Amino acid sequence: MSKSQCELRTLKLMNMRNSTSENALSVRNLVVDYSDLRAVGNISFDAKAGSVTAVIGPNGAGKTTTMEVCSGVRTATSGTVSILGLDPQRDRLEMNSRIGVMLQDGGVYPSARVGEVLEHYCNLFGNRQRASDLILAVDLGSKRKATWRKLSGGEKQRLSLALALAAKPELIFLDEPTSGVDIVGRDLIRELVRNLANSGCTVILATHELDEAQRMADHVVMFNHGRLIADSSLQDLLGTNQTVTLRTTNEIDLTALAQHMNCHVEQNGTEIRLLRSSDASFIARLSTWFAENKFVLNDLNSGAPRLEDIYRELNSASERVDN
Amino acid sequence: MARNGEQLLLLVGIPVLLLVFFSQVDILPTQGLSSIAFLVPGVLALAVMSSAMVSLGIATGFERSYGVLRRLGTTPLGTRRLVLAKIAATCFIEIGQLFLITMVGLALGWRPDDSNWLLIVVAIALGTICFAGIGLTLAGRLRAEVNLAAQNGLYLVLLLLGGVILPNDELPRIAESFAQWLPSTALSQLLRAGVNGQDLAMKSLVILGVWSITACTSAVNFFKWSE
Repeated sequence: MSKSQCELRTLKLMNMRNSTSENALSVRNLVVDYSDLRAVGNISFDAKAGSVTAVIGPNGAGKTTTMEVCSGVRTATSGTVSILGLDPQRDRLEMNSRIGVMLQDGGVYPSARVGEVLEHYCNLFGNRQRASDLILAVDLGSKRKATWRKLSGGEKQRLSLALALAAKPELIFLDEPTSGVDIVGRDLIRELVRNLANSGCTVILATHELDEAQRMADHVVMFNHGRLIADSSLQDLLGTNQTVTLRTTNEIDLTALAQHMNCHVEQNGTEIRLLRSSDASFIARLSTWFAENKFVLNDLNSGAPRLEDIYRELNSASERVDN
Repeated sequence: MARNGEQLLLLVGIPVLLLVFFSQVDILPTQGLSSIAFLVPGVLALAVMSSAMVSLGIATGFERSYGVLRRLGTTPLGTRRLVLAKIAATCFIEIGQLFLITMVGLALGWRPDDSNWLLIVVAIALGTICFAGIGLTLAGRLRAEVNLAAQNGLYLVLLLLGGVILPNDELPRIAESFAQWLPSTALSQLLRAGVNGQDLAMKSLVILGVWSITACTSAVNFFKWSE
């Protein structure tokens, strides 16, 4: 990547007409029903201005539906949504001129050329951004004349992102921005997202790739079966879900271990997880217990778990409540 | 929309073919006019319906199913400007159609000595607004495949009951009394008056005007960006 392209990445990508309210997005008691299915059931959450909020959950959890309601494409069955203080249905045109939306797939005529589409979108937003700058910002300079159908999956995603940036948005919705994107493309998209947030743009990022969310988000909203199972800052989520994991080939009495260590213990195959934060004395006590019982102790890890593990944990907890 | 071969057939092929065929095979009742003088306005009306309703409606339906409109729905464009832009784009295609049909008509012996070109242009403009409104109303609500069938079906009905190729007075009484209120009848009568220098048919102008306002209002208000 050339130096000029790198400089373009740090272009002022958002509109400086900043929202004055602290919450750029606010969802209250949102319900969305399809004909015979409740896609989203009574959820509420906020996104602070200038933050990156990851909306995560498996496919079909209600993320895309929620994003569609927030971006005004779909109407809610009940509940209210406020975007930059505006109602997505009533104030749609004003809201649309201030936000960017990156859709999950499609949305461009197969025979349309990269340069033409971007020019068109920049015109729609009153040419706040120059198409030629955006093409370079997403590294599609060599594909200016290529048609949409000739682009690779990753190139399509990058063009989609550029189309969303044509608004110079104060708030941007990104739906699975890195899906199908190779490692170089992912780095580029992450960097753009980070630059957006740094310049004050609120980013709402829907993804089922939890590693991606962990790398980019300040705040996490977790969905499953159309409900929220977590709404917390990433730091709090990782901080309050500290674990110690280890592997052993021995048959372990989990109740005895839990009693000895005074914490909840889970086993998954050869992996054992102790759900609590740890310090040196906790690890020493654990090692001693294993040594005294002459058990094998491998792969001992302590600290913040991966978001994926937390999601699994919260998800199984919510299913237990349901049952 | 003119990039696709099948659209080109609809926009240019069928009107020219009908014009050539029925001017050479003299089987149509032509209300006392020469067959070419009867056919040119009818084929012009058919061309307007093809481009403003069927071609535009089908293309828009597929734009909706491809998600092109879902994405455009997230911009400040709005349904009003979308409908206006689509009507404007259709007008460019119709200029080409008007030129081509006029040329073919002249080659087949049509003489536009008495034609009222202002009336022709007004009729085509109103017809475009009206049929684009109808096409976009269907395209904005129906699934792409259902929309495709609906546009073609409606086209056929409006064509047969609209005095486009066959005069309405050849229809059964009950069909004729219904057909007089159709926008295709109003358009073909206005064009026939314009092309042959007859008196302005006020009733047709009012009917087409009312249809235009109703169809465009419904297109703007009922259009959904995604399926």
